[in-house]
Amino acid sequence: MPSVTMTVNGQQVTRDVEGRTLLTDFLRQDLALTGTHVGCDTSQCGACVVHVDGKSVKACTMLAVQAEGAEVTTIEGLAQNGELHPMQAAFKEHHGLQCGFCTPGMVMSAVDLVNTKGEASETEIRDWLEGNICRCTGYHNIVKAIQAGAKAMRS
Amino acid sequence: MPDTGIGASVRRKEDQRFLTGKGRYTDDLNRPGQVHAVFVRSPHAHATVASVNIAAAAAAPGVIAVLTGKDMEADGVGSLPCGWTVTDKHGEPHKAPDHFPLVRDKVRYVGDHVAVVLAESAIQAKDAAELVEVDYQMLPANVDPSKAMDGPLLHDNAPSNLCYDWELGDQAAVDEALSRAAHVTTVDLVNNRLIPNAIEPRAAIAEFDTGTDSYTLYSTSQNPHLLRLILCAFVLGIPESKLRVIAPDVGGGFGSKIYCYAEETVCTWAARKTGRPVKWTGERSESFLADAHGRDHMTRVQLGMDAEGKFVAMKVDTTANLGAYLSNFATCVPTYLYATLLAGQYTTPVIHCNVKAVFTNTAPVDAYRGAGRPEATYVIERVVEAAAREIGVDPAELRKRNFVPPDAFPYATPVALTYDSGQYALAMDKALELIDYAGFPARREASKAKGKLRGIGFSAYIEACGIAPSAVVGSLGAGVGLYESGQVRFNPTGTVSVFTGSHSHGQGHETTFSQLVSDTLGVPIENVEVVHGDTGSIPFGMGTYGSRSLAVGGSALSKACDKIIEKGKKIAAHLMEASVDDIEFDQGTFRVAGTDKEKAIGEIAFAAYVPHNYPEDLEPGLDETSFYDPLNFTYPAGTHVCELEIDPETGVIEIADWAAVDDFGKVVNPMIVEGQVHGGIAQGVGQAMLENCVYDADGQLLTGSYMDYCMPRADDLPSFKVETTETPCPHNPLGVKGCGEAGAIAAPAAFMNAVTDALGTEDIAMPASPEKVWRIAQAAQAAE
Amino acid sequence: MYEFNYHRPASLDAAASALSGAGEGKIVAGGMTLIPTLKQRLAQPSDLIDLSAIADLKGISEDGGSIVIGAMTTHAEVADNATVKAKIPALADLAEGIGDIQVRNRGTIGGSIANADPAADYPGGLVGLGATVRTNKREIAADDFFTGMFETALAEDEIVTAVAFPVPDKAAYAKFANPASRYAIVGVLVSQGAGGVRVAVTGAGPSVFRVTEMEQALASNFSAAAIEGIAVPADGLNSDIHASAEYRAHLVGVMARRAVAAAG
Repeated sequence: MPSVTMTVNGQQVTRDVEGRTLLTDFLRQDLALTGTHVGCDTSQCGACVVHVDGKSVKACTMLAVQAEGAEVTTIEGLAQNGELHPMQAAFKEHHGLQCGFCTPGMVMSAVDLVNTKGEASETEIRDWLEGNICRCTGYHNIVKAIQAGAKAMRS
Repeated sequence: MPDTGIGASVRRKEDQRFLTGKGRYTDDLNRPGQVHAVFVRSPHAHATVASVNIAAAAAAPGVIAVLTGKDMEADGVGSLPCGWTVTDKHGEPHKAPDHFPLVRDKVRYVGDHVAVVLAESAIQAKDAAELVEVDYQMLPANVDPSKAMDGPLLHDNAPSNLCYDWELGDQAAVDEALSRAAHVTTVDLVNNRLIPNAIEPRAAIAEFDTGTDSYTLYSTSQNPHLLRLILCAFVLGIPESKLRVIAPDVGGGFGSKIYCYAEETVCTWAARKTGRPVKWTGERSESFLADAHGRDHMTRVQLGMDAEGKFVAMKVDTTANLGAYLSNFATCVPTYLYATLLAGQYTTPVIHCNVKAVFTNTAPVDAYRGAGRPEATYVIERVVEAAAREIGVDPAELRKRNFVPPDAFPYATPVALTYDSGQYALAMDKALELIDYAGFPARREASKAKGKLRGIGFSAYIEACGIAPSAVVGSLGAGVGLYESGQVRFNPTGTVSVFTGSHSHGQGHETTFSQLVSDTLGVPIENVEVVHGDTGSIPFGMGTYGSRSLAVGGSALSKACDKIIEKGKKIAAHLMEASVDDIEFDQGTFRVAGTDKEKAIGEIAFAAYVPHNYPEDLEPGLDETSFYDPLNFTYPAGTHVCELEIDPETGVIEIADWAAVDDFGKVVNPMIVEGQVHGGIAQGVGQAMLENCVYDADGQLLTGSYMDYCMPRADDLPSFKVETTETPCPHNPLGVKGCGEAGAIAAPAAFMNAVTDALGTEDIAMPASPEKVWRIAQAAQAAE
Repeated sequence: MYEFNYHRPASLDAAASALSGAGEGKIVAGGMTLIPTLKQRLAQPSDLIDLSAIADLKGISEDGGSIVIGAMTTHAEVADNATVKAKIPALADLAEGIGDIQVRNRGTIGGSIANADPAADYPGGLVGLGATVRTNKREIAADDFFTGMFETALAEDEIVTAVAFPVPDKAAYAKFANPASRYAIVGVLVSQGAGGVRVAVTGAGPSVFRVTEMEQALASNFSAAAIEGIAVPADGLNSDIHASAEYRAHLVGVMARRAVAAAG
């Protein structure tokens, strides 16, 4: 069984895994980081979005072994010292979540948007969210939350 | 406490855990020693199962057991029941075929459950499931509901595949009125079949404790007590006291998680059989195949008007597809939740509706966000819009001419309901202003100058929330009561634990109910904790669906708070040596009227639990439960207006603007209510513009993943203009009505009325896909 | 997913020998198509050879009049690359429109073209721009590379190393996306350059194809009006629940005109 070493939320981890182990299963089962969710099996819903080397990816469409040597950040790694990340705080303030299931992926995607593009218009935010499906909010408040979160991240 | 009380947009208590990845959904949980279940599903829509050979699978690595319908039969496991008996027009109960969790002799839809493989790991179970050999003897499939009655028979005890032929209303009066009408508008409509797609797939973990002879089931359920009741009393035959059902954090439901499905039934049964906890987590592909689907109606509607455009009669003829088996509440959706709403917001004096419900080789169909009411609204609002166009009256004006006026309430409709309160024209006027209706002609011209087609469409909907009262629904065939329970328990140090039979799977009950209790009892909101979703800790409750939680569950809590205050007054009277009649309660303080003597509610709670100085005739403790059975449904209503632009060259539709004015009675948390409206609109637009469940002629699901089933995404939708009017519900203590389904009920008609306005034809079915729109636009251009 | 042996070679040679040494070897680049395919158990490779550790396969450079993009360069990198944006903005636009950002952060040009999905965007880009595919064995003109639905000219043990795009005078890509999957129902890349005018269509047929009648018309008059009356026959085009062949044929015309207009 191959061994894989990566850094997850700042902590280096090494585990033996089957080659076919998905990064989502590795995070959820081997590391008990269950904030990364699985909502589909065709790489579209985005509930599993994490950052690998600073870029958002779908952890359900990546093998754990492909993250060898990578820096992985999950939703659990976003808040620092008990303080919500500005994007998390904005989602709360603007009611950008309901059932909470798509939320981790949505927030991780939003943080990548701000890191990549800085400022973004409503249209750009909506386009960026192409890979994140929410069934509860109609996206209205998610868009508002990301606008506010982007502002807070830049200040 | 204006900042956290009723009416304040309090930020949600539950968000901290959801935002930090600390939510606990069923698949996040694991039990020691658990095995994993994978289901062997039928790849065929209709076939006899001649044999199931499990030998190779049972010998595969890690496999604990491979179980089939024969094993369940041997253990006496029953059929999944339908909980609402509909009596047809001949006085006969609906046809109720068996629905075994694992099939015994025949599969009836693609995804039907043939066997379950239990193994040490999920991947081993999946590997082994491929080794189960099933000998299927193919039968012709019956897929198209319009031909179902003449097609291959699914169930021996349902001749012509007919579940029931049912009617409501006075057919003779309607026929007579239509024959005398100045104008009759006829429209044929399809309410397209949908797949609910809560983003969390269903999951279950069941375990059996041999020490206590009892089961625990963790499940993605909207109503844990109902699930327990069905599993215990109807399917597995175990005492209710021996099954604890826990529905932890649940990632959306929209109706699809109301029901007792095969999977959790099998897990519970197999947990005892194997002596190991059994975990099943559905994949999205399985959700597409085997979650209960929604809608799927075909309808002809006729609306008669007099010379002034007053509606004189409406006649509706519907065929409803129930799928291969009856899901728990399938029978009531196209009847009591549909035909009873066909008066809409209008004074139409006579209405008749006939519904034929048929079986087909497709997944079972049951309630999905709105459940019957979106179908009714679509029928009414499409025919009203078409009628306005036919007689050349402004569609907003025609509606206003026919609205039930504000002074007519309570208003008895010709289809069995009595509306509680409403101000329909007020909402309509506000919506017209929000969308700038007066400016529409100019905007249409501007679109035309760009080569685009612009349309505007209305939907003045009504819905019935908090289905009730129990005595009435019982008389109509419901197998359950539709009350709700609430328990308010003071802890000795003054914090409050609130137990509700409602279940939150996105609705924010932990916040809204905390606001309600905090406001009523004068306790800081952070001292209120809401507990839900665990039959081991909450009183018997009916769960959350049909926009009932605040109107029914909230009212139960309100009544429980009243009992707390009443008891508190007795304790306060004793402590302050006054008469109970002289005690007043306001914002957390008991006072002796006309004096400065007062006690905070926390002091009273402490005295109740440490009763050193306490009334002799009073029990200690401050813990009250109420069961609230409403006097009637509540009737939220409102007007949605959609404005959109069509590119005739491609058929692509862009929503330009959306105005929603809803009346939900009193609003406890406006932020949460607006969020519910947004989400509902998105689902309604999804139905009208994007979503469609398609089976081919052999019963294969063509839209079995997000590659083909088109979910609304952020870039498909605009931001919405959402406002409310407030006409309190007169018959519940809070004056609230219910908001969860309004958007999904209103939106499809508003959207399609705008599409048909832009295209100049009524003849387009949902979803208005680019190709359909392009074909119509092209034909119109060719005709010019 | 079935189990497989996983390899992550550090050089192209090592990758090639791992591939030829495997019983049923499969290369994984970004994995955006392969991993979902494996998850659905639609393929059962004995060995998976991951190219991500081979530095030579990544990056974008200028080579004479061409832009050369390493096979393992992601769609996001192409979309964001200053050189691509300056020299072939149509290609950056095309890359920006592939999948969603998470797919673009993992998916690669080499993986996309080797898979040759009829609804993928890059085949339109390569043929429309007259690109050349470089492999560990040879160079293949894009016109010869895509041979059918999920079929390419690649030999069993051949690995794409880069794609060289000649810089056109002007070019644009117009896409009509499937509303569900967001793949191309029809994508048209139109370019004009040293090699003449090219009109390449992806999504509409079993494989990318050129519309020579449009190319000829545009060669003499590069304007949307010049191709107004040119219809692509629906025969042989793809048809599914989202778009009939007839609709696709119509959209080829619309997207071609929009691409010409955008190219200016």
